[in-house]
Amino acid sequence: MTRGFKMLSFQAAALVASALMMLTVSEMTRAAPPAAAVSIDNFTFKAPVVTVKAGTTVTWTNGDDIPHTVVAKDGAFKSKVLDTGDRFAFTFAKPGSFGYFCSLHPHMTGTIIVKA
Amino acid sequence: MTTDHDNDRRDFLRCMAWAGTGALFAVSGGLSTSIGLDEAIAAPLKRAPIAPFSFVQLSDSHIGFNKPANPDARATFREAIAKVKALPNQPDFIIHTGDVTQLSRDDEFDDAQQMLKDTGLPVFWVPGEHDMLDPEGGKAFLARFGKGTKGSGWYSFDHRGVHFIALVNVADLKPGGMGNLGAEQLKWLKADLAGRTSSTPIVVFAHIPLWTIYAEWGWGTDDSAAALKLLARFGSVTVLNGHIHQITQKVEGKIAFHTARSTAFPQPAPGTAPSPGPLKVPAEKLHSMLGITDALFVRGHDRIALIDSTLTA
Repeated sequence: MTRGFKMLSFQAAALVASALMMLTVSEMTRAAPPAAAVSIDNFTFKAPVVTVKAGTTVTWTNGDDIPHTVVAKDGAFKSKVLDTGDRFAFTFAKPGSFGYFCSLHPHMTGTIIVKA
Repeated sequence: MTTDHDNDRRDFLRCMAWAGTGALFAVSGGLSTSIGLDEAIAAPLKRAPIAPFSFVQLSDSHIGFNKPANPDARATFREAIAKVKALPNQPDFIIHTGDVTQLSRDDEFDDAQQMLKDTGLPVFWVPGEHDMLDPEGGKAFLARFGKGTKGSGWYSFDHRGVHFIALVNVADLKPGGMGNLGAEQLKWLKADLAGRTSSTPIVVFAHIPLWTIYAEWGWGTDDSAAALKLLARFGSVTVLNGHIHQITQKVEGKIAFHTARSTAFPQPAPGTAPSPGPLKVPAEKLHSMLGITDALFVRGHDRIALIDSTLTA
């Protein structure tokens, strides 16, 4: 009897623990990595300079009737060609300053500044 | 002495501004402008050793473009080709100064090629930035049109005593820059020109203008000055470009520059809009802003006569 109770309480404890773990996981999911958006309109990256925290995923969306690309000056990332409405996302894991441009219209430039 | 040939030429001059002193002629939407016509007519007539010939420039067909500025760029390209076929004096060949396609897709390249086959004329191509969008950055264009070319697709050829040079200024573009020829191509150009006499007429064609039209929109080529320097000793140089979807022209020294209309959609004049890009105009106006360029060459004269005509009937 005593032994049975102990077993039960162990099981209950395990249940509580796993419930807590699930809660923690769901909390983590809710606190998704930060995100930022850059729109491409009128042959311009808006905004041309964006400051984000490390771990931020930046998503570019092309709003022009002409295709563009998003290409890091140092080659760290390179989108496929983005037609109207297409998106490209990149997660900036480390701090630093990341210049990029459109390889079709290289006068279009932008910078993502990543802070720790 | 006035020969039949001379008479022909006088008639020719009567209806167009001759470029004998570095002038250009343009017909736009039925209106004509002439520069230096009197001067040209007054110039001594020379017996031309070679019969006149012409070629046609098509540009910026953007096959695949289907946005509001032109829902069917294939249809307007077909109209441009019909216009070429209807020319009273058939050209010897066609040059296409790039942006053949909108997105470098195989079906877009295919359609452009098939439609042009209809003319039965040879076609000489250079890529625009829209023709470099395959995953390997221009390999699709080269596989199709690049046979016998160098580097990213540059080459030259001779036709009836005129030296034609096709340059590529849309490959490996630099951040913050404009069009770019690159050191390798400039080296090739130097060698290509080295053995030629300065009296050889030269026609250079490339997608992005080889002079700066509007730097804020990237409408120029960063290292074009190096190319123009190599061309400076020649008595007759004509530079034909596309990219900006409108006619601009200027003469500097012995070099005449000209940009052609697109067959797909117009773009705003420099600085008249927040950005370049397809300009939506009323449907009835579209055809008056698209067109072809007919280039006539008469040996013995300094320059090519360029006749721009629109897709309006």
